[in-house]
Amino acid sequence: MTSQLLHYCSIIVFQVSLAFSEGKISPTELCRKCLNHIKKTQHLNAYITVTEESALKQAQEAETRLLQGAPKGPLDGIPFAVKDNFCTENIKTTCASRMLKDYTPLYNATVVQKLLNQGAVLIGKTNMDEFAMGAGSTDGAFGPVRNPWSYAAPYREWTGAVADSDWVVTGGSSGGSAAAVASLTSYLALGSDTGGSTRNPGALCGVVALKPTYGLLSRHGLIPLVNSMDVPGIMTRSVSDAAVVLDILQGFDIRDSTTVPAPSSLTELPDDFAAKNICVGIPKEYHAPGLSEEILVQWSRVADMFERAGARVVQVSLPHTQYSIVCYHVLCHAEVASNMARFDGLEYGNRSPVSGSTEAMYASTRHEGFNDVVRGRILSGNYFLLKQNYQHYFVKAQKVRRLITNDFKHVFSTGVDLLLTPTTLTDAACYYDFTQEDNRTRSAQEDVFTQPVNMAGIPSVCVPTALSKRGLPIGLQLIGPAFQDKKLLTVAQWVEQRVGFPSIMLETIQAKSIHSAIYSTGNWL
Amino acid sequence: MAASCVAASELLHNMNKQISVFYPKVSCVVRRLSTSSSRCDAQPQPTAQSAPQHLIGVVGLEIHAQINSNTKLFSGSSVRFSAPPNSLVSFFDASLPGTLPVLNKRCVEAAVMTGLALNCSINRKSLFDRKHYFYADLPAGYQITQLRRPIAVDGVLNYSLLGGKKRNQVIRKTVCIKQIQLEQDSGKSLHDDVRSQTLIDLNRAGVGLMELVMEPEMSCGEEAAAAVRELQLILQALGTCQGNMSEGQLRVDANVSVHRPGEPLGTRTEVKNINSARYLARAIDYEIQRQIDVLQRGGTVQNETRTYDSKSGETIPMRDKEGLQDYRFMPEPNLPPLIVYEDNASLPTGIEACQAVVVQKIREGLPELPSVKRDRLVQTYGILPEHSFTLVNEDGLVEYFEAVLRATKKEPRKVIGWVTNELLGHLKLHDVSVSQSPISPPALAELLELQETGHISSSVAKQVFQEMWRSSGKTAPQIIQEQDLGLVSDAAQLHSICQKVVDSHPDEVQAIRNGNKKVLNKLMGLVQKETKGRADPVSVRAILKELTS
Repeated sequence: MTSQLLHYCSIIVFQVSLAFSEGKISPTELCRKCLNHIKKTQHLNAYITVTEESALKQAQEAETRLLQGAPKGPLDGIPFAVKDNFCTENIKTTCASRMLKDYTPLYNATVVQKLLNQGAVLIGKTNMDEFAMGAGSTDGAFGPVRNPWSYAAPYREWTGAVADSDWVVTGGSSGGSAAAVASLTSYLALGSDTGGSTRNPGALCGVVALKPTYGLLSRHGLIPLVNSMDVPGIMTRSVSDAAVVLDILQGFDIRDSTTVPAPSSLTELPDDFAAKNICVGIPKEYHAPGLSEEILVQWSRVADMFERAGARVVQVSLPHTQYSIVCYHVLCHAEVASNMARFDGLEYGNRSPVSGSTEAMYASTRHEGFNDVVRGRILSGNYFLLKQNYQHYFVKAQKVRRLITNDFKHVFSTGVDLLLTPTTLTDAACYYDFTQEDNRTRSAQEDVFTQPVNMAGIPSVCVPTALSKRGLPIGLQLIGPAFQDKKLLTVAQWVEQRVGFPSIMLETIQAKSIHSAIYSTGNWL
Repeated sequence: MAASCVAASELLHNMNKQISVFYPKVSCVVRRLSTSSSRCDAQPQPTAQSAPQHLIGVVGLEIHAQINSNTKLFSGSSVRFSAPPNSLVSFFDASLPGTLPVLNKRCVEAAVMTGLALNCSINRKSLFDRKHYFYADLPAGYQITQLRRPIAVDGVLNYSLLGGKKRNQVIRKTVCIKQIQLEQDSGKSLHDDVRSQTLIDLNRAGVGLMELVMEPEMSCGEEAAAAVRELQLILQALGTCQGNMSEGQLRVDANVSVHRPGEPLGTRTEVKNINSARYLARAIDYEIQRQIDVLQRGGTVQNETRTYDSKSGETIPMRDKEGLQDYRFMPEPNLPPLIVYEDNASLPTGIEACQAVVVQKIREGLPELPSVKRDRLVQTYGILPEHSFTLVNEDGLVEYFEAVLRATKKEPRKVIGWVTNELLGHLKLHDVSVSQSPISPPALAELLELQETGHISSSVAKQVFQEMWRSSGKTAPQIIQEQDLGLVSDAAQLHSICQKVVDSHPDEVQAIRNGNKKVLNKLMGLVQKETKGRADPVSVRAILKELTS
């Protein structure tokens, strides 16, 4: 049983590693193919920076290790992409903002460094909403990200969409990372998740998206949105891959005082999982207005699946869920106002030529550098922090945050092992439709199911479950108690193995070359 | 007048080692002291306006003490004064995006130790906050400080003034310490007016500070200066702050107001940029008098920040850059609450003593504090309290004094004058520290021993001391031998000299015989002149008495 599950857990890594070791493909060949594929899918706008030169060098090093029979581990030679708000040494890190469009950090974020230490090959930095403020990946300085499923057969055939005008958004803010994994240009990608920024695009792009427990992964080098909620997110094409990456990334980091040692590490998902032993909670508040019929159907379908397997499925209540978004806005904007104060044009980043006075330079630099969304949040955040408002807004929001956290604690203390919820209200919207509403409205709508988890700091994973009638992915979310990330992934894998989410992208012409090279001999799904 | 103030001036003029204390400047300090103390004392006296009760000053202090630590409060950068600009700047110090603060344990221990020495309660749990304002030398746009729950609260500083006509009465005072908070220092801005540029040095950015808030319980500049001096000595004894004001290691802002006793406090002003101890008392006393003058003219005191202009001796309003500041405080989300533990037994499992800050361990390691040291010196050696102040005020002088005592049988009360007058006078005159003294404690002891055993007179001893200072390395016996300074104790020789003096001063001899015994001293002086101070005074007196009887 152990070995069989291990096989499943590591299927992608296993396949690529096998292909490497059998000489079917070399790390440099794989890297080149990914880089080529990035060029061919340039219209997706998934990447802000493609690190071709350094990627090939890293791939070469991996290849040498492979030839010497000493690979570093399961990720050696595997291409990965990183959201452009993680610092990468000597590689531009823009946060999709004019403020940092030419900013090159001098160090690697801890999570990036850990992947590099494993021999993984960094192929590029991915597009996003500016400073991760958004839910569509439409509000960055380098233009919107297009959902790869816009160009896949089901969407085009079932809706008759014309690809170049009717493309759908990826969700956000880690849309570039989701698109990179979904379009097969990268095997895994780092996102960040503050209110759902990893899970939302994960659901809309049909990839596995893990938001780990707060404090389990280091934030050092992640350019912050809301320090008290930010976590690095893991995006992969399978739950087992997410588990492999989590194992590598988790743990105490001396550079981030909010990290804790990882709970006893499991190198593989446990083999004693039986659905009949668990209790799945269905929070009634997540039956929210605007939830599409299709997603409701998927939600019921998976709930039934658990029940049929003998699990106890119970309705639970998280009564303060409805206050989460407004509470989040206060806390988020306050921290944004604070975190953005450093961008004054002095030490790094954009500096306006206006030089009448230091104050004038600041004002002009910040006006030029930040988009409307960022400026709006800075303004309201500073308002919430004013002495006269602090108690009324910030402190009150913190109290509400505690109530939301307690909701989850309460539910998990009553014998519920995990919660099953939708991730998004609907499948991905067309870009045109999405941009009819402003960023604030969109963020409030899109984060409704994902955001409370960040308030509570608990882990959550989004698993793709089906395609909608429009041929677009639908994903469901599993939520677990703090530091039970592995258990959560075990259940997520159980779901993954049963929902039969189609690997549509593999059928497309653009992906074919890579796919055939690696998977021709594999028993891939 | 000036001479009577010397002891008090010693309290003050040592506050800053870097200030050269040549005598003209000392007299300037003394002059200021006498004005300040007279202002302090004069407040209850009637003034022209004949108010029922008179306005008195109220002074509170905010003191920023740079923590003596190898590295900064939240980063691993070194801390060093006058390093090349921007050479001690980590990514965090420059506020590079994505960097996070990591608390320096040494800084926490220093704050706890300082808190214990100032009788504070140590908060087992304290919190960090962000204080926001835009300034070029504050790269993150906020300072990490402790607003809601500082590391130490509710302390007391005991300090003393020397008062009375001769400035030899020890007046004991206390001031409450509201809190001690850990916070980051800012960088430095250098304004180049010619090129209209601002240059920024971030070496100091992020250095650990202890902000100590002293309650408004002082009434004049002299008290404030004495409190600061005592604090400085305590910090230096603890080693938690080097306390050098000219290097900015200790910075004092004064909150000054005036009121009539029993009435609510008046509107206060904050006097900043008091960058030397020399000006502290002067700035405060100027500000108190200014506010009294304003009120007596019928005006009102503005709540404002003023700066001390050392050239004019006045406080002047600072240009208000941004009007009223709202610092928009919020909790620092990247630092968990700071927990310190009472003792090893209270450590939770999984946390080792070496990782934690343990109050008991720090308490056990507290060194002898200045006030305790002074009391001990007075009790052990029978010296005057004002001498104990002088000894403790000068870095290394107590150790020097005690080293001399170990090497001589001379009574401490006779040695103290040599250390506090001869030695300290020379040190100050030549602007050198005790450790740089050309005369070592054993060398001084040897000299004093020669005097004590009657080999040389006290005036010769002083002469030899000067010679030892000048030609460092030469021992007292060498100098005495080379210059033939040994006491003339040959009875016949002394007798003949005395006879000569008596013979040539018949009027004085007559006066003595008529009962004016004081004139004998004149004759003694003449004998010493003849012998260049080498005559044994006891023998000379005896001989002269005999010759004039």
